[in-house]
Amino acid sequence: MAAPNREPLVRLVKRSSIPLWKSVLIRVAAIILSLLFSAVIINLITKLDPIKVFTSMYNGAFGLELRTWNTIRDMMLLLCIAVGLAPAFKMKFWNIGAEGQILVGGIVSAACMISIGDKLPTGLLLVVMALISAVAGAIWGLIPAIFKAKWNTNETLFTLMMNYVAIQFTSFMVDIWDKKGSHSVGVINQVTRAGWFPPVAEKQYLLNVIIVLALTVIMFIYLKKTKQGYEIAVVGESENTARYAGISVKKVILRTMLISGAICGIAGFIEVAGVSHTISVNTAGGRGFTAIIVAWLAKFNTFTMILISLLLVFLDKGAVQIATDFGLNEYASEMVTGIILFFILGSEFFINYKLIFRHSHKEGKA
Amino acid sequence: MQQSACTLKNVKKVFGSIVANNNVNLDIRHGEILSLLGENGSGKTTLMNILSGIYFPDEGEIFVNGEKVTIRSPKDAFDLGIGMIHQHFKRVDVFTAAENVVLGLEEKSRFDLKKVAAKIGEICDKYGFHVDPYQKVYNMSVSEKQTLEIVKVLYRGADILILDEPTAVLTPQETEKLFSVIRNMKKHGKAVVIITHKLHEVLSVSDRVAILRKGEYIGTVNTSEATELSLTEMMVGKKVELNIDRPLPVNPQKRISVSGLNCKNSEGLPVLKDVSFDAYGGEILGIAGISGCGQKELLEAIAGLQTCEAGTKIEFINPEDEIPVSLLGLSPKRIRRLGVSLSFVPEDRLGMGLVGSMGMTENMMLKDYSTGNSIFTHTKEPHELAERIRKELGVVTPGLSTPVRKLSGGNVQKVLVGREIAAAPKVLMTAYAVRGLDINTSYTIYHLLNEQKEKGVAVIYVGEDLDVLLALCDRILVLAQGEVAGIVDARQTTKEEVGLLMTGKGGNK
Repeated sequence: MAAPNREPLVRLVKRSSIPLWKSVLIRVAAIILSLLFSAVIINLITKLDPIKVFTSMYNGAFGLELRTWNTIRDMMLLLCIAVGLAPAFKMKFWNIGAEGQILVGGIVSAACMISIGDKLPTGLLLVVMALISAVAGAIWGLIPAIFKAKWNTNETLFTLMMNYVAIQFTSFMVDIWDKKGSHSVGVINQVTRAGWFPPVAEKQYLLNVIIVLALTVIMFIYLKKTKQGYEIAVVGESENTARYAGISVKKVILRTMLISGAICGIAGFIEVAGVSHTISVNTAGGRGFTAIIVAWLAKFNTFTMILISLLLVFLDKGAVQIATDFGLNEYASEMVTGIILFFILGSEFFINYKLIFRHSHKEGKA
Repeated sequence: MQQSACTLKNVKKVFGSIVANNNVNLDIRHGEILSLLGENGSGKTTLMNILSGIYFPDEGEIFVNGEKVTIRSPKDAFDLGIGMIHQHFKRVDVFTAAENVVLGLEEKSRFDLKKVAAKIGEICDKYGFHVDPYQKVYNMSVSEKQTLEIVKVLYRGADILILDEPTAVLTPQETEKLFSVIRNMKKHGKAVVIITHKLHEVLSVSDRVAILRKGEYIGTVNTSEATELSLTEMMVGKKVELNIDRPLPVNPQKRISVSGLNCKNSEGLPVLKDVSFDAYGGEILGIAGISGCGQKELLEAIAGLQTCEAGTKIEFINPEDEIPVSLLGLSPKRIRRLGVSLSFVPEDRLGMGLVGSMGMTENMMLKDYSTGNSIFTHTKEPHELAERIRKELGVVTPGLSTPVRKLSGGNVQKVLVGREIAAAPKVLMTAYAVRGLDINTSYTIYHLLNEQKEKGVAVIYVGEDLDVLLALCDRILVLAQGEVAGIVDARQTTKEEVGLLMTGKGGNK
């Protein structure tokens, strides 16, 4: 019978629940599929052997000890920012101003290195830098929070605008500190290394790892186990429920953004004192935005964030490597990154919905 | 026998692991009113959404006027003459009635609104209701909006009309008016389906009753052969005692005293005007009124969630020392710190009373998470409380950490009411405590409220079902447009009297 109206070919049905093994399976399948798909694309466009390309990607991230440490260094930086964003986003405060918060943290760190770098012993200097960069980031985060709490302004726009203020402020400071007229600060204290992170156990970036992992653990406990973390979760879910429970929504917004900004400020300190030893408008380098992806994909679980920042940094490093190894321009490698991210995000769809095809269920009745 | 308008055969619909409809067989006939009866969650609305093209059935066949059809979208349903009047009306507020009626219709040239208005007038005359085609929707009362929705469906030439819980938002008088319209439609040969869970309405308006229970089709009976008890039995699956206990208040003492309460909503319009009343320990004070007449603001004002105008007095009289404490302008936390134990079951369960994404345990500590000096939350006591409520009230949940959002409406309410009662309150306020609950759960809640009343708690019960208010409460305060229209003795009054007070027309102030 050829009825004019037939059942739709594919229908979407929301899943009520999904067993853990199935959701893990879907995610693993997504990664494998994304690799296969990018292999085909690579082969079609460049005629290169995909296996070689993937090997090169791996080499880019973990090929040499130096590269492995660089990967870890970048991953820690991204993780630190994501950890800072976690409380804000859990509260549903759309803090897209991490870039600015990182920059102001970086500026005050650089300022310390330049002005008092030779006056204090390294340990004390680093502590002072950490503290004032946290304060700077906290202020940068607090300003939009005050406006949000008092006048209910839109925090998305406000935090975004604060980024541009921070960028302009940075170029202003760079101009002041620039002595050679090169429009850059150059490596600060290159000879004395004052205010640089000292190597720990002869590993240059081990201190970065220690600081960031400590913050990760503390933030995990803060969000899951403390009263303040509980308040953040309630406010994020519903402000009415928070009022009903007697939570002061304003106070929680201010306090949480203070913490969020402070950690992003510390990320700026780590970047300047522990990684680049300089400051420029590119110090934040878009990580403040990438970290939002990390925080959301991890659903604010700071331990999951470790894996996700590793994945993102791995993709980034790998992409640079295949660009140099095969003489591809960076777009080719960015495509691979894009494909992999697309599949990972897409897998969330299949975890929430399932497809039902026509005829797949009523053969017995026809 | 009347001609069959629409037939459903073995319809099945599954959402995830939940079977919303299973093996449903339904025969809708022209010139007849069919009631679709079932408890909340029994699949009534799902079934009608299948008919109106919103959901697609997983199995089964649908026939309209004897022909097998496939309804893939609401447009398909319209083309087949099936029109649905939803529980929550879907219209554009700034448009006039006529503009809303033609909204979504395809016309080659410009709409001739005069013609539309004339046709609306025609429909109104035919069925006996009144709609002003040029009135803007935001100026309409709930009942007028509903009428407009019916006109809209009739305008599109629907022959099969489905009304989803149409009386939920109406006063008894408005309900009668609606029923007379529906009877007129029946006279003109339309097939009408009313979805409801109110038994007396089923008995008074419909010709036949189809009953669903937990998604299963139980059967169809002629209304003339049915009684409230027999229908309930089919609906619930076992014999149910439909009487609510009402012990006499023992030694009532003034517990809450409100006078001159004025407050404004977020748009700055007054919602409560000069409200004064007392609530006594050991009694249940009912609050009746058309929805949105200030019930929500009244409870929130007492709970410390609403800013009140100057001159308002809200006092709590502690039964131990009988010294009045003013609650005005205090936050819920500060009210608790004063030792005033006031429990509040708000209307919006997941948006105000509970945190949807958290499990039972974490929801238990919502109100007292901050006690103690530790920076960490306690989990032991809330866990024990959650376990106790789960056992005592029979909450069905996969686990204490399952987000409460995933529980059914009845279980969510049990969690909330359980927590509020566990706080050993002196005052217990509930807003629409049984909305959306099945009969058994509703009676569990009534029983819990009576238990509190016998313990000497002042219970304030905001309700929408007048029959329940009249059977459960000791006194009923009727709100009309934010004012107290009257406070009546629930044992003496009648439904009609309360209904008239609700519209602000009757009674002495």
